[in-house]
Amino acid sequence: MAVERDPESKFDAYAHPERLVTTEWLAARLGTPGLVVAESDEDVLLYSTGHIPGAVKLDWHTDLNDPVTRDYVDAEGFAQLMAAKGITRDTTIVFYGDNNNWWAAYALWVCSLFGHADVRLLDGGRAKWIAEGRELTKDVPSPAPTEYPVVARDDRTLRAFKEDVLAHIGHGRLVDVRSPGEYSGELSHMPDYPQEGAIRTGHIPTANSVPWKRAANEDGTFRSRDELAAIYFDEQGIKSDDKVVAYCRIGERSSHTWFVLKHLLGVADVRNYDGSWVEWGNAVRVPIEK
Amino acid sequence: MRPALQSIVDEFADYERELRLELLLDYANGLPALPERFAAADRAALERVQECQTPLFVAVEVVEPGGEGGGTVHLYFDAPPEAPTTRGYAAVLHAGLDGATVEELLGTPGDFYVQMKLAELISPLRLRGMSALLGMIKRRVSAATAV
Repeated sequence: MAVERDPESKFDAYAHPERLVTTEWLAARLGTPGLVVAESDEDVLLYSTGHIPGAVKLDWHTDLNDPVTRDYVDAEGFAQLMAAKGITRDTTIVFYGDNNNWWAAYALWVCSLFGHADVRLLDGGRAKWIAEGRELTKDVPSPAPTEYPVVARDDRTLRAFKEDVLAHIGHGRLVDVRSPGEYSGELSHMPDYPQEGAIRTGHIPTANSVPWKRAANEDGTFRSRDELAAIYFDEQGIKSDDKVVAYCRIGERSSHTWFVLKHLLGVADVRNYDGSWVEWGNAVRVPIEK
Repeated sequence: MRPALQSIVDEFADYERELRLELLLDYANGLPALPERFAAADRAALERVQECQTPLFVAVEVVEPGGEGGGTVHLYFDAPPEAPTTRGYAAVLHAGLDGATVEELLGTPGDFYVQMKLAELISPLRLRGMSALLGMIKRRVSAATAV
């Protein structure tokens, strides 16, 4: 790895402690060669209001998604994006963002599809950095473009499509990370705000409800390894050699849970179904439970 | 469409693609502060739109309901600084529709924002929040003027 791992003792118990960094660790290493900090937010304007010094913006919608097909950028597009952000194949990327790191986890997951090795999350995300009164800037860095190789995206190992989920029912674990009302199907839409277009409500058959938020503390940091194990292993009965698929509505909250299961608890085979409920709840003849 | 709102829509459409988000941020920064008379308790009751979106305070007042044009509408918004896009939507509606008559406000096309050409920059799911917000305001105005 390009940059040494954060020795924070809380992380030691996690399956992959090298996947997290603390705000203290990051603050002491801003500007380190081989380290790029990337902000990925729900709110497209938030980065411009102030961000961690030196951090580049990685927008889930305009950067990571293909503008025409409902899919991520292709290998060439990803290589161009990384090069423009000053990232090489060996760079340590630390992601952070708003809303409990949903989009940061999502961006980390997309980079993982392209096999970028050293990707980490800032524990507690943007909110914790700000709550601690740490420095923000509006200066947008202009990194020198790098050479990033064109590497094919692997859509089999960490990503699940609708067909994969259909075949998965009855053969592996499904984790629905949405709110209880969405899972039960009670929540179609609120009076003033039509939901993000799903014609049918409910959940994918055999899915268990484990809202993403259970994995987070109030300050947005992840719960300890023992607390997470109590939820996912003891209560839910997930085993580390189970095949697991996580989903939500458009795949960002489930990226958070994907990170927890894959990197913090060490479940080997976890995929994120990014089509999630917006696809499933609109698809013809797929089974739904209420 | 009310001329004040139309000119904002045109302003966005005329901007370079890269600058449109900056313009929205300018609007967000210029959202007027909520008047003191809206008590902290009201603000605490910010409406949480849905889990993926942000809390937003909306108040609607109609002066002289039933008067010319059905009365004059005043709009008040508040949203946290960590939600600049929501603040930007609110500020555009405030700048374009505050002081409108009830008839003008209710006559605003629900898809007015399409001409602002933000669709390439903001995901459609999020952009729809703009029309949802207008819809909410229209319902409040209708309720406030119902006999």
